[in-house]
Amino acid sequence: MQPLDTVAPSGLSSAIMSNHHHDDHHHGHHHDHDHSELSETELRVRALETILTQKGYVDPAALDVLIETYETKVGPRNGAQVVAKAWTDPAYRQRLLADGSAAIAELDYVGRQGEHIVVVENTPSRHNMVVCTLCSCYPWPVLGLPPVWYKSAPYRSRAVSDPRGVLHDFGFELSPETEIRVWDSTAEIRYLVLPMRPAGTDGWSAERLADLVTRDSMIGTGLPKQPHEVA
Amino acid sequence: MDGAHDMGGVAGFGPVRPEPNEPVFHAEWERRAFAVTLAMAKPGGWNIDMSRFAREDRPPADYLSRSYYQIWLVGLERLMLERELLRPGEIEARKVLQTPAPISGPLAAADVDAMLRRGGPTERETTTPARFKIGDRVRAKDIHPATHTRLPQYVRGHVGVIELLHGCHVFPDTNAMGQGEHPHWLYTVTFDGKDLWPDAADQRSRISVDAWEPYLEPADAA
Repeated sequence: MQPLDTVAPSGLSSAIMSNHHHDDHHHGHHHDHDHSELSETELRVRALETILTQKGYVDPAALDVLIETYETKVGPRNGAQVVAKAWTDPAYRQRLLADGSAAIAELDYVGRQGEHIVVVENTPSRHNMVVCTLCSCYPWPVLGLPPVWYKSAPYRSRAVSDPRGVLHDFGFELSPETEIRVWDSTAEIRYLVLPMRPAGTDGWSAERLADLVTRDSMIGTGLPKQPHEVA
Repeated sequence: MDGAHDMGGVAGFGPVRPEPNEPVFHAEWERRAFAVTLAMAKPGGWNIDMSRFAREDRPPADYLSRSYYQIWLVGLERLMLERELLRPGEIEARKVLQTPAPISGPLAAADVDAMLRRGGPTERETTTPARFKIGDRVRAKDIHPATHTRLPQYVRGHVGVIELLHGCHVFPDTNAMGQGEHPHWLYTVTFDGKDLWPDAADQRSRISVDAWEPYLEPADAA
């Protein structure tokens, strides 16, 4: 058994139990600090990378590429392109709803954590919302890595038992007439919500519409922006 | 396992607090822990179900006291210790203490993009017909495996309707334990919110899980 006890929990405010992410990384510029100012976790990760590099198990340059990919290339801008295309191209919308992964691959968004994507469409009578109650499953190629709240206990616990209350936490009041359809991603199927196109956008190009598509609108915890919210 | 990770319907965690303009990572160590985890999986020889089990198989208080990437980190350490890719005391000593076991080769920077694009599809071909069809009423079995499973507690014993068929997929319950992929038919099973949460007011909600065939039985079964 590994010495778990040597990883000092950084307090409840940092834990998965809450949404808080302010754990032990306030010293953001770690290169400027000596070890006495680094947390147990920071020291542990540094030691691990050093050891694995010395053993020849990891190449730090590959780690840099992985990080750069998810910080700069793969994110919700991808999903917004998919949604905007579906809003402007009825044939594409049909393909997207019939086989999400294949239609999304047409835009070259493929691979890890997006191997089997199902797209679910919001309508005036039905609002879709996606969760992973067991861990953090999320469609990476179209949304990037999940936000802290998506992985947190409050969302994972209540998205299935009180979805309307969760939407309220997001400042989003759904009509009582609208059914909420919650998709718990318990297998390797990943779900992407196709939100409704905002009114007042007739004639807009897909490029312009993509600016209205928020990450949360593709998870189901928000709505797209309204035309007046973008310049 | 019925662990702290299985959070659906658990009370008391409070409201969801979205963070405006949230960064992808909140600290340099999160970046490195994320990347090392992705880079080590193939050379380390474990699969995604083994990773999930290594993260969730810990005392509830421990699971709940860690941040997300801290859980990834202890899961990764455990997988490597089990395979002697990491030795006890090495992290504390911050150096290699024993001659490293050979691996098939580390992930090269030039191969990252291809690795991510390839992903890890879990659908497998089958000649076995599906037991259930769309519209069938099924009951989620009231099972409590001691090891990894992906049937959440909040649906166990409840009756739902088959909404989608996804083909045959790798079965996590065996794959997590190194007992093989044993693919089974995978279904989206949809439950009425009023059935799962009878005390909840005004929940016009339906909730689905994705469930492998061994998790399900006909609703009219005893």
